[in-house]
Amino acid sequence: MGLLQINNLHVNFPTKAGVVRASDGVSLEIKQGESLALVGESGCGKTIVALSIMRLLPEDARISGEIRFEGKNLLSLGKEEIREIRGREIAMIFEQPATCLNPVFTVGDQISEAVRVHNNCSRKESKERAIELMEMVGIPSPQKRCGQYPHEFSGGMQQRVMIAIALALSPSLLIADEPTTSLDVTIQAQIMELLKDLIAKFKTSLFLITHNLGVAAEMCDNVAVMYAGEIVERGRLSEVFEYPRHPYTKALLGAISNDGLRPIKGSVPELTRLPNGCRFHPRCPQAENVCRKVRPEMRFKVRCHLWD
Amino acid sequence: MLTYIIRRIGVMVFILLGVSVITFSMMHFVPGDPAEVIAIERYGEEVTAETIEHVRRELGLDQPVYIQYFRWLTNVLQGDLGYSARTDRPVLDEILTRLPATIQLALAGMLVSLIIAIPVGIISATKQYSIVDNVSMFGALLGVSMPNFWLGLLLILLFSVHLGWLPVFGRGGIEHLILPAITLGTGMAAITTRLMRSSMLEVLMQNYIRTARAKGLTEKLVIGKHALKNAVIPVVTIVGLQFAHLLEGAVIVETIFAWPGIGRLMVGSIFARDFAVVQGCVLFFALIFVLSNLIVDISYAYLDPRIRYARRRV
Repeated sequence: MGLLQINNLHVNFPTKAGVVRASDGVSLEIKQGESLALVGESGCGKTIVALSIMRLLPEDARISGEIRFEGKNLLSLGKEEIREIRGREIAMIFEQPATCLNPVFTVGDQISEAVRVHNNCSRKESKERAIELMEMVGIPSPQKRCGQYPHEFSGGMQQRVMIAIALALSPSLLIADEPTTSLDVTIQAQIMELLKDLIAKFKTSLFLITHNLGVAAEMCDNVAVMYAGEIVERGRLSEVFEYPRHPYTKALLGAISNDGLRPIKGSVPELTRLPNGCRFHPRCPQAENVCRKVRPEMRFKVRCHLWD
Repeated sequence: MLTYIIRRIGVMVFILLGVSVITFSMMHFVPGDPAEVIAIERYGEEVTAETIEHVRRELGLDQPVYIQYFRWLTNVLQGDLGYSARTDRPVLDEILTRLPATIQLALAGMLVSLIIAIPVGIISATKQYSIVDNVSMFGALLGVSMPNFWLGLLLILLFSVHLGWLPVFGRGGIEHLILPAITLGTGMAAITTRLMRSSMLEVLMQNYIRTARAKGLTEKLVIGKHALKNAVIPVVTIVGLQFAHLLEGAVIVETIFAWPGIGRLMVGSIFARDFAVVQGCVLFFALIFVLSNLIVDISYAYLDPRIRYARRRV
């Protein structure tokens, strides 16, 4: 049985411009100890799926479907029950670590707080644990740096702090939402390497959200490709990488191929005005008549008429 | 931090010098001959021109203005603000004996406003557009629109005249403080509530609040620790600046409630043309203004480590 199972997740936001269908029947599965990459362009609803798991969506979001984590449906839990799960069993790190750390508390305080909130331990114990964690994520002279504030850290170091916070209670699932996107390229590789090591060490499953298939390939066993609020293809990453079937997956792979960057023509449709038929058809080089009229179902792990 | 404070104090001295020039010269634009007024005060209506001249010479009012100013400033720096024409007591004594009453009133007013503003602002922000929010925002609108003197009179009517619960005027026990403090604090409470609410709303949208929730912190910690300390930074600035405004408001409130403070002293002295006292009071208020600005900046730096460090590098 899977550690995390998302069944038919719908997330809508009513707005003046119409209903934003950020997640439109998404189903995913992550098995214990495995890692899944959710890949797609910006604005296709990846972060919404992640925030749904943590129940961190804004209050105006309308959510339906099922998110099963170790058997419990997270969407039907009470506020206190979900709070118990956050941080302890499912942790999350985000894009732009600089804005994710509270500017007015020391880094040590923000890490030890994560320890303290779920474990009944003293301030001293939690502080010692915080220093251990800082050392583990590769922050030099943690004794001294735990008394410093986030703005005294570089972007890479800030993300290391976020990782220390996330792994403080060795959660069984770590959600990483574009963890390296805002960082320098050289730092990106370091952070990914660190994440990989720590996940293995803590036996934590990883749910990685990225727009970069290359990053996904380095980190994950499985992949799900998301486009305009729905999953269009999923499978073992090695297979999808080798034999991409959905034209969108092919285009994503093409975008990072060796002969330079090749952008995908057009842009992700607005989630209030989704095209009829297959949502990718306006940008699809192989689109046929049926693609413009009938919305394809997910069959054999791909949502495409050309594979029927 | 220390160099920053020293520099700020240096700037403060110049501001106060400017204030002293303005107050001093303003007194010379006031219609009426101060020498004549003082002579009449002292010797009765039937004064001769000679007596007036005598008084003028005695007080140095026959000297050129700049000499008067420097003489006056030298005295001020030595703590000599002159003598009250009405009571013949030193101005400094007059001010200092009333200082505790004014400070007490201003602090009480501030306390009233903070006790209302911080919790109401937080609740309004966390329950945006709810009934609680709408009611408190309407209350804030009322509070900010109501003039001090009108609210004060209403409170006296209700609680002192009709209900007889609280004394009408004067200074004594805590019961004397309640009405003036509420009168003084209401306007500030209204402004501070709105500020607290908007500041809190902005902070609640920040990513670090999402992080705090993702850690599994209780909502009490998310709001009361992570959001509050950030949201309170702009509020502290305004509250500090408002403290000086509270003293200004004290001029009116002290007059209504016959509160024996500096505001009432100043109003009384203006009517009596007791120039030395008016000058002293204005200088005193200016000093409070400048000092409260300084304290705001220092506490700002204490609350926000980013400012603290930026200034250390300066």
